[in-house]
Amino acid sequence: MTRALALLIVRSVVLAGPILLLEFGCRAGYVDPNSIIPPSDMIASMVEHIGSGDLNESMVQTFSTIALAFGLSVAIGTLSGAVIHRIARLRDMVDPLLASYYSVPTFIFYPVLVALLGLGKAPLVVLGILSAMPAVIISTLSGLDSVPPVLLKLARIQRLGPALTLWWIILPSALPRLFSGFKLALSYSLIGVIAGEFILSGSGLGFAISFAYQSFDNRAMYGIMLFVLLTAVVANGVLYAWEGRLRRRRSKG
Amino acid sequence: MSTSAVNEPTYKQAAPARARPVDALILLALMLLLWQAVGVWTSGIAVAPPLPTLAYLVNLLQTSLFWDNAAATLEAFLIAFAISAVAGLALGLIFGTRPFASDVAEPILSGFYTIPKVTLYPVVLLVFGLGISAKIAFGVMHGLVPVVLFTLGAVRSLPPVLVRTARVLRLSRRQTMLWVLLPACLPDIVGGLRISFSLSLLGVLIGEMFSSQRGLGFLLVSGIAQHNVLLSTSVITMIVIVAIVANMAMLHLSRRLTHRSK
Repeated sequence: MTRALALLIVRSVVLAGPILLLEFGCRAGYVDPNSIIPPSDMIASMVEHIGSGDLNESMVQTFSTIALAFGLSVAIGTLSGAVIHRIARLRDMVDPLLASYYSVPTFIFYPVLVALLGLGKAPLVVLGILSAMPAVIISTLSGLDSVPPVLLKLARIQRLGPALTLWWIILPSALPRLFSGFKLALSYSLIGVIAGEFILSGSGLGFAISFAYQSFDNRAMYGIMLFVLLTAVVANGVLYAWEGRLRRRRSKG
Repeated sequence: MSTSAVNEPTYKQAAPARARPVDALILLALMLLLWQAVGVWTSGIAVAPPLPTLAYLVNLLQTSLFWDNAAATLEAFLIAFAISAVAGLALGLIFGTRPFASDVAEPILSGFYTIPKVTLYPVVLLVFGLGISAKIAFGVMHGLVPVVLFTLGAVRSLPPVLVRTARVLRLSRRQTMLWVLLPACLPDIVGGLRISFSLSLLGVLIGEMFSSQRGLGFLLVSGIAQHNVLLSTSVITMIVIVAIVANMAMLHLSRRLTHRSK
């Protein structure tokens, strides 16, 4: 327990130290206010922008796009993963594709998607799916691989139908791997959508940041940036904690 | 374990022995067919079909327009990758040999790994100014963490007997790192470098796409802006080929190293 406490303290110091140092540096004039503003001002600006409601539209836009991309990635990814797992020949074929998919910077397709689908929600959703879905497929495959064959035999002996086998045998064994795929899918679709909005788009939080940057409104830029980063950290943190609980419960049996 | 820490879906092939060259060819043919279909369907607006693209690419490879921009990207990328590799390796070895430091660092690093770093690019631009240093810094921001996490994970999961042997032989800290830890962790380190390679490239390209006057990312965006579909498709093709070839080479290397160490 003392070690955990010590870890917590050191971690907080490691995180808070640079922030305090930056605050001090900005206030004392060592840091150019045209490049970085004091952290306290960032927080104030974030609170102002959220409170004033002028970000509401962007938030709805961005979060609905991320939700759509994430939902579609999970649905299509799990289904195609299951199909690929079923057909051995198909799996042999897509093996090299899946193995090297994440080495290609998917993001370079975004301008093409914009040219193809127009500036709007559609190219962002597709970009989010392109970055998140393969992770779901990969984790579905490894989840299905991790189902012990003896349990499948047990299901046959008990004469379970396909639906019951899926519910009672396959899902419980495959769930941890599936879940880590979903976790990845969330962070990938979030990164994809916000990056797309940031580079080329007319609305959303990513656009709001790049718009503020281009109009030299540093205060607004840092405020919105902080909000986006905090949202990402909280979303990932929640899933991380949930995953840990799932795993612990499983190891208890 | 490094898999969950780095959040990378490392894909384990079902049975590499079963992989037949025919399957790879069929996959390639299907991809080309898909490309052709999209190309014909959207010709002139977004994607050029494979054959015209390849013809254009061959011509493009003889122009200084391409090589100037490729050199700009390559320069930024190589520096970013080198910094990520060396600094990441050093940090990973240092953290890995100190359990407390690694427990402090690991969650912070994995947290940083999952945030949308693009939003930080304006800060990088404001601090480093427009130019190559901003691209390099952004590449390092993407590429550093995977090397640290993979190295750290590899060092921590080493058999303790190796470290004890080093102590028995009275090796200094530096000698232990150089002659014991580094060779033993090499396969995992190459795995980390592989991910770092593609992420540094991504960082540099995003930097060029957002605000830059040179580089392949810039060439791609300007191709789109000028409705030069052949140019943009060629640049994308080139990047994809380079990324896949580099990835396959490093995969091969890490498999051979794993094989040797067993």
